[in-house]
Amino acid sequence: MISVENLEVALGEQRILTDVNLQVSPGEFVGLVGPNGAGKTTLLRAINGRLDADSGTVRLDGDRTAALSAREISRRVATVHQETNVQFAFDVATIVAMGRTPHRSRLGGDPTGTEQVEHALDRTDVAHLRERRISEVSGGERQRVFLARALAQDAPALLLDEPTASLDLNHAARTLSLVRELVADGKAALGAIHDLDAAARYCDRLIVLSAGGVVARGTPEEVLTSETLQAAFDARTIVTPNPATGRPSVTVLPRPATTGRRIHVLGGGSVAARIVSDLWAEGHRVTVGPVPTGDTTTTVARSLDVETLTAPGFTHLDDATLARARELLSEADVVVFADPVVTPGLPVLSLAEDVTRPILVEARPFSERNFAGEDGDSAYSRLQARSRPVTVDGVVDAVTDIPETSKPTDSSR
Amino acid sequence: MAALGALLVLTILFSATVGPIPIDALVVAKSSLNAIGIPAGITVVVQDLHLFGLTIPLPRPDLGYVYPFSFSVPRSAETIVRDLRLPRIFLAAVVGFALAAAGTVMQGFFRNPLADPSIIGVSSGAAVGAVATIVLFTSLPLQLMAFLGAIVAAFVVYAIATRNGTTPVATLLLAGVAIQTFLGAVISYMMIHAGQSLQEVIRWLMGNLKNSTWAEVEVTLPVAVLAFGVLVLYARDLNVLLLGEADAHSLGIEVERTKRLLLAVASIITAAAVAVAGVIGFVGLVVPHVLRLLVGPDHRILLPTSALAGASFLVAADTIARAGIAEVPVGIITAAVGAPFFLYLLRRREVHTV
Repeated sequence: MISVENLEVALGEQRILTDVNLQVSPGEFVGLVGPNGAGKTTLLRAINGRLDADSGTVRLDGDRTAALSAREISRRVATVHQETNVQFAFDVATIVAMGRTPHRSRLGGDPTGTEQVEHALDRTDVAHLRERRISEVSGGERQRVFLARALAQDAPALLLDEPTASLDLNHAARTLSLVRELVADGKAALGAIHDLDAAARYCDRLIVLSAGGVVARGTPEEVLTSETLQAAFDARTIVTPNPATGRPSVTVLPRPATTGRRIHVLGGGSVAARIVSDLWAEGHRVTVGPVPTGDTTTTVARSLDVETLTAPGFTHLDDATLARARELLSEADVVVFADPVVTPGLPVLSLAEDVTRPILVEARPFSERNFAGEDGDSAYSRLQARSRPVTVDGVVDAVTDIPETSKPTDSSR
Repeated sequence: MAALGALLVLTILFSATVGPIPIDALVVAKSSLNAIGIPAGITVVVQDLHLFGLTIPLPRPDLGYVYPFSFSVPRSAETIVRDLRLPRIFLAAVVGFALAAAGTVMQGFFRNPLADPSIIGVSSGAAVGAVATIVLFTSLPLQLMAFLGAIVAAFVVYAIATRNGTTPVATLLLAGVAIQTFLGAVISYMMIHAGQSLQEVIRWLMGNLKNSTWAEVEVTLPVAVLAFGVLVLYARDLNVLLLGEADAHSLGIEVERTKRLLLAVASIITAAAVAVAGVIGFVGLVVPHVLRLLVGPDHRILLPTSALAGASFLVAADTIARAGIAEVPVGIITAAVGAPFFLYLLRRREVHTV
């Protein structure tokens, strides 16, 4: 059990951590996320006693670390470091056996040592590498070897400093699911993890650290929101549920420029979402709608603070929505139809009837998007006739090509 | 390790046959066995030490010996072996043992393949002490002054590199280089004013084991053995320190305390060797590397094997040094033989890891 109360750490004049409080209980994997320089590594070092606290306390299993020797601390918490010097020719088994250091007296033996080392080698699936030199195994295998060493250390708590920082997808996933298994066996784990999606997927709780303080804590769903991430990372992000895991998935968008065209996007689905974020990233002032409430486009646009008109369905748009839509269309320099779906009554097409030379992006065949029968066919033909066909990738360029003076609605009348 | 021990014994016996008067191996073996004394009693003798005009009574343990063997060998041969050759050979063995052990520890400690026993100024400090004694304070005991010079230099380097109780190894390394350079200037200045004693200064600086006595062995051997014993106890800690200080800490090593102890003990064992033999280069640098190639990086094995190999190497080198018509300082031999051998290894195998 790791418990940190009102922790403050300064290095020289620089205050690194301010009033940090946290607890990690057995059976719990807590992720520490935050931008570079937020103090994640410093916090881990303060917990394992490598750094002294200037004020506040760190307790391991109830005892203050300040009163414990390095040896006593290392029996309570094992650390997997971001990078370990492997510029030497120790074999894997020797490295893992080093995990027994805290349990071995200088002259005496370590009765359960061999057993623990074997168990650790098996558990982390590196037993077949035992005679290989550590400098010769791959990065992913190496990280599992250091996890094995931590396991051989037989401490109830585990600290991980960016354990997957230099690993490929498979090894990162394997390392973190291994940590999950160890947590399921009753370890308490605290890990600094820079990959937010991975943190969301594998951790029970997340603690967001920014500029040395905790800015948010809770389940991944509670913590990973555009607002929190904006505050912590100073970055625009889109948070959507990952289709495979259901956990939050974070996409970072580049910082927008301050000038740009006014662009209104009509349409929905993934094509519209992509166009909205592309145009937004280019610095254009984008508006969207109407789109269905649960559409991907809605999620993306909302995360970007893009004005978005939503409607439960397309058949009947209420008057207020229609009025606002007309306003947005008239203020726009450019109107983009993003793979539009044509519904009975043609509300969207008729709304934009006045728009000259809109940009039309088509992805799916029209037959798949037409729910209005022959009316739809003819209205869509008219739209095609007066619009510029552009691919999804070409939208940003096409928008820039249009002279700024040509306000579609103004010039049409 | 047993093989290295046997190699050392054979080297010693062979070495004792070599000299202006060749003595055959059997006679050497018998004479050597006759020379083995088992400590059988201890008395404390108070000996006066004259230092800066003061007379300090210094208690010194005096051992009584029992000699279990008495083969009949020619008296002259026995005298040559026992009183002239063996003390020198034993001192060479002890010095080689000490330097190789200290070099192994320093390379592991600094995680730097260029580290050698004198990296934190020990040899330079000893040289200043010795040269000052030869040139300026001829009445002082040279070896004691060299030893003190070595310890003071190491301590100054350590103190300069330490801030707020932590000693970064990189700072230590650089402070060591700076102090060595400074002490080099001091030595050069004293040499300009050495006059008649310049020859003796150069002999000392090149390292030599001529005129070694059993008394020197009696002082150096216990220091080397004790210090080595401590280093062996810390072999595991040295292994863990190789992974970096953060890792060592998280495995329960009190990093700064361990560094301090290793540095102190390695400096003492080096100082003891340098004080009696002068600056003998290359043993402490090359022998650990060669053994690391042969037995791997684990200090539990590396440390004792390096030390034994260092002993054999220096005995062999010193034999060559005294075998010629005109005797040359052993430091010249270690460098002249050691460097090409090391370059050969460097070309054949990768030696860039610690």
